[in-house]
Amino acid sequence: MTDNAPVRVAIVGAGPAGLYAAGHLLDNRDFQVEIDFIERLPTPWGLVRSGVAPDHAEKKRIVDRLFDFTLRDPRVRFFGNIAVGEHVTTDELAQWYDAVIFAHGAGSHNALGIEGETLDGVWGAREFVQFYNGHPDQAHLHFDVSHPRAVIVGNGNVALDIARILTTDVAALAQTDIADHALQALRNSRIEEVVVMGRRDLEFAAFNNPELEEFDREGAADIAVRGGLVPPRSQLEPLAAWRAHRRFEIMRALTARPRRGGGKRIVFHFLATPVALRGNGRVKQVDYVTNSALRSGGTVSYKAGTEVETLPAGLVLLACGYRGSPLAGLPFDAESGVVPNRAGRVLGKDGALSGIYVTGWIKRGCRGIIGSNRWCADETTKGLLEDYRAGRLAAGALQRDELCDLLTRRNPDVVMFDHWRAIDRAERLAGRGAGRPRVKLTRTDALLSAAHGPSRRIAARSAEPTAGTVS
Amino acid sequence: MTYVIAAPCVADFSCAEICPVSAISPAPPDPVFQNAEQLFIDPGKCINCGACLDVCPVSAIFEEGSLPEKWKHYVALNREYFEVTA
Repeated sequence: MTDNAPVRVAIVGAGPAGLYAAGHLLDNRDFQVEIDFIERLPTPWGLVRSGVAPDHAEKKRIVDRLFDFTLRDPRVRFFGNIAVGEHVTTDELAQWYDAVIFAHGAGSHNALGIEGETLDGVWGAREFVQFYNGHPDQAHLHFDVSHPRAVIVGNGNVALDIARILTTDVAALAQTDIADHALQALRNSRIEEVVVMGRRDLEFAAFNNPELEEFDREGAADIAVRGGLVPPRSQLEPLAAWRAHRRFEIMRALTARPRRGGGKRIVFHFLATPVALRGNGRVKQVDYVTNSALRSGGTVSYKAGTEVETLPAGLVLLACGYRGSPLAGLPFDAESGVVPNRAGRVLGKDGALSGIYVTGWIKRGCRGIIGSNRWCADETTKGLLEDYRAGRLAAGALQRDELCDLLTRRNPDVVMFDHWRAIDRAERLAGRGAGRPRVKLTRTDALLSAAHGPSRRIAARSAEPTAGTVS
Repeated sequence: MTYVIAAPCVADFSCAEICPVSAISPAPPDPVFQNAEQLFIDPGKCINCGACLDVCPVSAIFEEGSLPEKWKHYVALNREYFEVTA
């Protein structure tokens, strides 16, 4: 590596974690950088596109106000539709580039570990969220919405998003960028009640206050509470007490609203833990026990009751947290669901792996909101630049042009930034007529058609080299 | 008048970094930041310069008088955060 050569970095995953990392690298004043995003999907933005709820348009502004500038920077290239493990390996990336930052997020969810989790009609919240957000992996799924009750297990922000989507007037959702197939499913929905079931009480529920407050808006579902609406009384720390008090006041106001009548309703069921999901092939009911809160000073523990009660339901969504999953060639701690690391440097058996880093959920676990990733990425990129300064990075084997040629040979259907812009334009234009921000393309073939044009795709396919001939 | 952070906040702390009078909290390295629901502006410190407004990636910051009706209560929330953490 000469002094003038830029640091050449691959970032795996073009979501907030990776984009914030790129932003920090671009902002550094000591070294020239060149960044290639390696993204499994034909589309960038990660969870801003496939996680943030369609009715949270204000949060998606981060794309146009920040992330788009990062991806447009001349020092940055986007290689979409390139999957690590399929088109390239982690070892290859490590050889080709001076450094690799893995920012691929969470590919799984926490299981409950109870009987019946694999019944039809039981889903991970992640699958349902990706379904309504038009993620190509889940576009084909069919959710049974014919039963009047759905149960969401867990009460974090994702649970609240899902409860809102399942109960919001479809006409309002039709003004958003929700996937068309989800809109169609929700039009046919017979769900009248969504139960949000959580182990803890209101005071320690997992959701954030601004998210709870959203149920105050016009047209929102009626809100009921089961398991006690009791004022907070455990928090000793003033900030936690303030937040708990605000949460209680919001919930009290929501439950005190006059019933809309005929509308859907959301029941927050606190202090309840599912012990089994039952049904004959397809889920029919949730068996649960009631917990009691044992308070001692500022801490609370929960004791499960013994009496099992039953709640009939036709759809059960498990929203007890997302979880990282292993990526071939990268160390993984199955216990915690993250890549073992020290301040973002990936740890192998014998200490830090040279030039390999992580950031975002796969580094610290699935916690925090979009901006939390900015601090996280700051730590990782500081370590990377420190290592570069100290001469600890082995120079990548390939030059910028060579990388582009090679990745294009590995997958002729690669989606580069201009291709993504063609997708983006097609989606926005489709939304114009309907008064929506965009109409998402949700199938990979449709995305690639928009990216390359139908004829270009056919030509690329016939020119595709057979396996083994690419270097 | 002061600036106020409302519900869309995603805890991108560019605002706290650029604020010339350090009126915005919680921001790194404050450990409270890790679990922050959002950031707040201290009305006792804010000099109404608007630097934060431009860098917010989700336009969550408003001048007190132009807050949308549904977020009017964030004036009190921003103030209370600093009363509670003082």
